[in-house]
Amino acid sequence: MRQKLFPSVDAAVADVPDGARIMFGGFGGAGFPNNLIHALARTGTRNITAISNNCGTRDGELGLMFKNGLISHVIASFPGPHANYFQERFAAKEVTLELVPQGILCERMRAAAAGILGFYTTVGVGTEVAAGKEERVIDNQHCILESPIRADYAFIKAQRADELGNLTYRLAARNFNPIMAMAARTTIVEVEEIVPVGSIDPEHVVTPAIFVHRIVQAKGIRYAG
Amino acid sequence: MPDKPRLSREEIAARAAKELPDGSYVNLGWGIPNLIADYLPAGLTVFFHSENGILGMGRRARAGEEDYDLVDAMKVPVTLAPGASFFHQADAHLMSRGGHLDVAVLGGFQVSEKGDLANWKVPGARGSGGIGGAMDIAAGAKVLIVCMEHTTKDGAPKIVKTCTYPLTALACVDTIVTDLAVIDVRAEGLLLRETAPGWTKKEIQELTGAPLL
Repeated sequence: MRQKLFPSVDAAVADVPDGARIMFGGFGGAGFPNNLIHALARTGTRNITAISNNCGTRDGELGLMFKNGLISHVIASFPGPHANYFQERFAAKEVTLELVPQGILCERMRAAAAGILGFYTTVGVGTEVAAGKEERVIDNQHCILESPIRADYAFIKAQRADELGNLTYRLAARNFNPIMAMAARTTIVEVEEIVPVGSIDPEHVVTPAIFVHRIVQAKGIRYAG
Repeated sequence: MPDKPRLSREEIAARAAKELPDGSYVNLGWGIPNLIADYLPAGLTVFFHSENGILGMGRRARAGEEDYDLVDAMKVPVTLAPGASFFHQADAHLMSRGGHLDVAVLGGFQVSEKGDLANWKVPGARGSGGIGGAMDIAAGAKVLIVCMEHTTKDGAPKIVKTCTYPLTALACVDTIVTDLAVIDVRAEGLLLRETAPGWTKKEIQELTGAPLL
């Protein structure tokens, strides 16, 4: 049987190539795969497309990737007031940005996960978000066509994994992680604890093991505030 | 502009809190709306929703109580009310977009007489800007209340015939609570429902960029 456990965060990200599309979980300082991000930065892999709610908090979260110039395109809903390294690269035109409403970002990833090739929504009608998108009227409501967002990898954070990759999360650190886990071709999870198969109650599993490909235990780096 | 006292940000929040039905599920946006939780009328029970996957969010965490896995949409550590639940971000927005929340309260830069809302980007501002959850919540809320000052710092009306700032959503606002008035957006126009103490309809009309009914 294929072994999903990796000995280190560096081993878990070693094969990520230049130009990869990567989803990064996390919101509001909670649930970011900070140890995987540090490991990826150590590889020096460049020209990354990052799909994430925000673009870092100073050096924290994706901040390090922008500081080191490793990301060239971002799909995000809210880059954030403290994403200074992103803002510098964006102003210098070294990074391009697609801004997406937060819930539509979720649904576009979920569409990719679910094999849905597009959906119509009223969100963004009449705004900058609608530019270049097909518009139509359904049930007397104007709506726009949104397309799936796919990725080569998802880097996610969970609290606990069993050795098969069934995951549970802690409090609001769940956020984008379960959606991204389902949407990427290869999902890499960093967890605080790995437990034997059978020790997570099947009724408590949030992300089923089918969506998880690599598991690594990592001591959480936290960036409060 | 008449030099009379206006409601403070806290007083706007307290006035908006009175619009919330007992037992309702409510999302509070950035700015003045975020103050509403501290000004709920006695005896009113409201369940607060946070876009990062919390229903039943409690008060802000006190010093020593903070858990950085439990934050609100503004990254502030919070607590849980009894009966709270967690879910992922897609389900959080499903609740707002799918009409499951009873009320959303957002801040605003401009509201038009048709109820269009502009609240995410100031024209000409530096940097990338950011949408966050505002467009999903504005487009999907069953009832949308906007809390804002009635005029800009320079005295220009923020309630206008047509928004000139980048739009968040079209025809989405139901009620506007400002430091001068409570206004309902109706098909026939903007209905002035209430004036701040000491203010007349004529004075408020002069500071409003669209006709008041």
